[in-house]
Amino acid sequence: MLEFLARLFGREESSGKQAKERLRLVLVHDRASVSPHLLEMLRVDLLEVISKYMEVDEPGLEVNLEHEKDTVALVANIPIRRLKRQGSKVAH
Amino acid sequence: MPGRVLVITSGKGGVGKTTTTANLGTGLAIAGQKVCLVDADIGLRNLDVVMGLENRIVYDLVEVVEGNCKLRNALIKHKRNDNLFLLPAAQTREKDAVSPEQMKGLCEQLAAEFDFVLVDSPAGIEHGFRNAIAGADEAIIVTTPEVSAVRDADRIIGMLEAHELFSPKLIINRLRPEMVKRGDMMDVQDVIEILAIDLLGVVPDDQAVIVATNRGEPVVFDEKSLSAAAYRNIVGRILGEDIPQMDFEPESMLEKLRRLVPLRFSRRKAN
Repeated sequence: MLEFLARLFGREESSGKQAKERLRLVLVHDRASVSPHLLEMLRVDLLEVISKYMEVDEPGLEVNLEHEKDTVALVANIPIRRLKRQGSKVAH
Repeated sequence: MPGRVLVITSGKGGVGKTTTTANLGTGLAIAGQKVCLVDADIGLRNLDVVMGLENRIVYDLVEVVEGNCKLRNALIKHKRNDNLFLLPAAQTREKDAVSPEQMKGLCEQLAAEFDFVLVDSPAGIEHGFRNAIAGADEAIIVTTPEVSAVRDADRIIGMLEAHELFSPKLIINRLRPEMVKRGDMMDVQDVIEILAIDLLGVVPDDQAVIVATNRGEPVVFDEKSLSAAAYRNIVGRILGEDIPQMDFEPESMLEKLRRLVPLRFSRRKAN
């Protein structure tokens, strides 16, 4: 009864909505837990793209997925050795 | 043309895979299709009891795969429908008694003879699951409107894609309209939105399913029950018919009363 009243006055979210919200969050994490193989592929591709513009310290390149409370971020730490001279043509 | 091989899977156990397989298979057979049900849950066979065929088993799937008997000798014909057959799982063998390649071969063999081959997958994502999906062209995912079941369904969708089974169809099982109305259960839209796959159908929670399973007769034979109507609709959609989704809006007290009042009286009242 108390629960009903609380819901009536909009104090508590319905359990169905809570379920959906919890599910949404848990899936953000589940879906983000990509395989190490996929991350390695991404690392190689990133390296290729960035190398067009600057010289990257290859062994130092780190790519990770970081989980915050309700978001997932792709965090890449890319140490740069040298920037390519401005105006020089981008290598394709 | 070979028949269609459909795997019925879910990830989580206890959401109604076997009941769904039994009812869709029976429904397809009633609709005139030649159907073979395959129980891929080796070591934990159940489809035979849900179908009421447990006393007729002589050979099983593993014996067929190992070449100890002919496929046709292992198939059990249903007592009420000549279009409907079951290939039972082995009960006393380990799950790895069969390989995905062997399952694939078996499904091809069955598809040559049947319009539909329905493979009942075991729960989980291990060997048994990989066997079950190995020979399938299409996948049906069963879930209930619960956080754990939908989460596992999401995982399964990803794994099916990894095995090149794309665009699976969803069945939401055991929906309780009165709870959805109260806001105490996720509704169909919530689940579809989260999983982002096509809805094949919704089956309401129905005591008739338990009664039918007790008797070993799939509920779809029961003309009066709501779940049977839901299963028949799904069967129609599998066959390519355009059938709108059922509306499970629970009746209010007033509607219930009106239904109970003799027809003539209520009609006069309506005028």
